[in-house]
Amino acid sequence: MTLLSVQNLHVNVDGKAILKGISLDVEAGEVHAVMGPNGSGKSTLAHVLAGRPGYEVIEGSVHYDGRDLLAMEPDERAREGVFLAFQYPVEIPGVNNSYFLKAALNAVRTHRGEPELDAMDFMQLAREKMSLVAMPNDLLKRSVNEGFSGGEKKRNEIFQMAVLEPRLALLDETDSGLDIDALKTVAEGINALRSPERAILTVTHYQRLLNYVVPDKVHVLANGRIIKTGDKTLALELEKHGYGWIEKEVAAA
Amino acid sequence: MSAVTPLADHYAGVFADLRKALPGRQLPWLEAIRERGMAAFTELGFPTTRNEQWKYTNVRQLTKHTFAPAHGAVRSTLSSGLDQSWLPDLKTHRLAFIDGQYAPELSAPQGLPDGVKLSPLSLALQQSPELLEEHLAHYAHGGANGFAALNEAFMQEGAVLQLADGAVLETPVHLVFVATEHAQPVWQTLRNLIVAGANSQAAVIETYVSAGKSVYLTNTVSETVLGQGARLHHYKLQEEGLEAFHVATHQVHQGRDSDFESHSLSAGARLARNDLNVGLAAEGANCRLYGLYIGGGRQHVDNHTRIDHREPHGTSRELYKGVLGGRARAVFNGQVYVHPHAQRSDAEQSNNNLLLSGDAEVDTKPQLEIYADDVKCSHGATVGQLDENMLYYLRTRGIDEAHARALLTYGFAHDVVERIPLAPIRENVERLLMAQLPHADALDDELVGELT
Ligand SMILES: Nc1ncnc2c1ncn2[C@@H]1O[C@H](COP(=O)(O)OP(=O)(O)OP(=O)(O)O)[C@@H](O)[C@H]1O
Ligand SMILES: [Mg+2]
Repeated sequence: MTLLSVQNLHVNVDGKAILKGISLDVEAGEVHAVMGPNGSGKSTLAHVLAGRPGYEVIEGSVHYDGRDLLAMEPDERAREGVFLAFQYPVEIPGVNNSYFLKAALNAVRTHRGEPELDAMDFMQLAREKMSLVAMPNDLLKRSVNEGFSGGEKKRNEIFQMAVLEPRLALLDETDSGLDIDALKTVAEGINALRSPERAILTVTHYQRLLNYVVPDKVHVLANGRIIKTGDKTLALELEKHGYGWIEKEVAAA
Repeated sequence: MSAVTPLADHYAGVFADLRKALPGRQLPWLEAIRERGMAAFTELGFPTTRNEQWKYTNVRQLTKHTFAPAHGAVRSTLSSGLDQSWLPDLKTHRLAFIDGQYAPELSAPQGLPDGVKLSPLSLALQQSPELLEEHLAHYAHGGANGFAALNEAFMQEGAVLQLADGAVLETPVHLVFVATEHAQPVWQTLRNLIVAGANSQAAVIETYVSAGKSVYLTNTVSETVLGQGARLHHYKLQEEGLEAFHVATHQVHQGRDSDFESHSLSAGARLARNDLNVGLAAEGANCRLYGLYIGGGRQHVDNHTRIDHREPHGTSRELYKGVLGGRARAVFNGQVYVHPHAQRSDAEQSNNNLLLSGDAEVDTKPQLEIYADDVKCSHGATVGQLDENMLYYLRTRGIDEAHARALLTYGFAHDVVERIPLAPIRENVERLLMAQLPHADALDDELVGELT
């Protein structure tokens, strides 16, 4: 079953064309990796899927589980099971991480027709998931992402994902800024989510994450277009040779 | 003809009628203060926007009314039916006042330790006139403006707290000022005095509430004197009705190495003006001033603070935050004045404002005046809306927009709220904040107390 279907997506940001005809199908159960040079539009794609305001869809469509994703508000998408792990998680001073996540989880649960969790049950679940991503307990007591180190922010994203259990996880460079051990734990967190009903779209610059989270497909995004799609071996080639050779190949074709 | 004259005549007439009924009439020094106040008012009238200190606060709404003194009004039989939500779940020594008169049936000052005296002003004037003569009206300046002048002339009732050297008051003192419903506009003129001896410690809460919805004026002045090494936590919770006018001055005079912490909440009143003036009058005195003002509808809230670093090694910290919706208007003016002699002064001030609607407005003006060269001073002021990025982030987690806005507003105010050391007061403030949030119903009740 196709969980995410992006067809000929053109997106402008502040009047500038950033995505120039992206097409991409992700089946339930699959992991796709999106790679590509800085500024090629990877984060833009992730944010368009998550519903960031201010992005202008000029052309094309996005369907999630057969429904028009672009017609939904960002919070509605989240409640329907779309989750974006931010490349740059946002700091929210004064809002307690645990209150925030409990509110998020209960919004999602209510939407799914499940009963809300009370503070005690939530804490139990949170502790379980925190140990899964080896997140220090005290991060839960602090304001959302405020003063977190780069790596702590990334762990917090994966922790949130583990609690919310989305059907479609969009991971934007979740591996950047992680030390080697953290990379491994985060990868385990991602793998724990893998299941036949779920799909993962992960943006990354490095092969190392893909050693742990082995992708079914790898897409290369350059200048707002997917210029090549391959299997996991494509990522290995990119690691060795960079992007130049594909860009030449495309230019020659 | 000045527009002030008929008003001045009105209040001069009231003064002539009333003065015999005002407390302390047997004390010539107090009579002199009252006359001085009346003379100052006759000269000053109510402030206008031409006065730099009142530039953004127009009191025309207020001066439209001719207020009768609440003094002598029949006190309602409300003590039993009174909504007591202003009573925090906290053990206190309480003095309550209704329409500017002492209300013993609502008071519970019992159990004060040795060396601590707490009494209504009227009683203190009989029992310890020397103390009052030494301090009353020595710090607050009656000539500052028409309201301060009227307060000197008409000071009616309030609390006097006296702490002997070394006295430590574990349980906070709670002063509650309730205004009731009246057929015509009335005023209450309140006056408090706190005299804290060397190395004494106490916490004092002033709560201002309305039991009705009518128009009235609260004119209140508090004076605080801290002896060497004294420590005082002061809370001012202004939750008056939306037809009320609230004009307040708190004048603080700090001795050597003394420590003063103030938490000011301004949530009620159609127009509220707070002047908080702190004099670091001896070496090593410290103060921390925290404030939260919340406004909606057509509320106007003005906080003026002034910190005078008069002697070396003083530190001051100030953080005021405002949350404004509807067509509310706020004014913040924070003056820090470092006198030539006050070397090694260390002052930090910031004021942040959150506008929840396009029609809310803020005028913020930090004012640093530094006449010493070896000092550390900083200030900053911001006015902004909710951060779109934060809003988006919350929404990508499934939290709907209304809930996200309420949560962010709450988060904005949080660093002021969390500094309130008394948990029940902190929770009251959180509730008042939530009550003002446009989407507060989206917030979980568990939020109160949980974020801190
Ligand atoms: N508001 C904007 N106005 C103009 N250009 C913008 C705006 N926002 C983003 N862009 C541009 O869109 C392009 C794509 O940005 P995007 O963040 O999607 O890149 P990316 O592929 O994620 O890069 P990286 O690998 O560095 O994270 C960049 O050139 C960026 O400068
Ligand atoms: Mg990016």
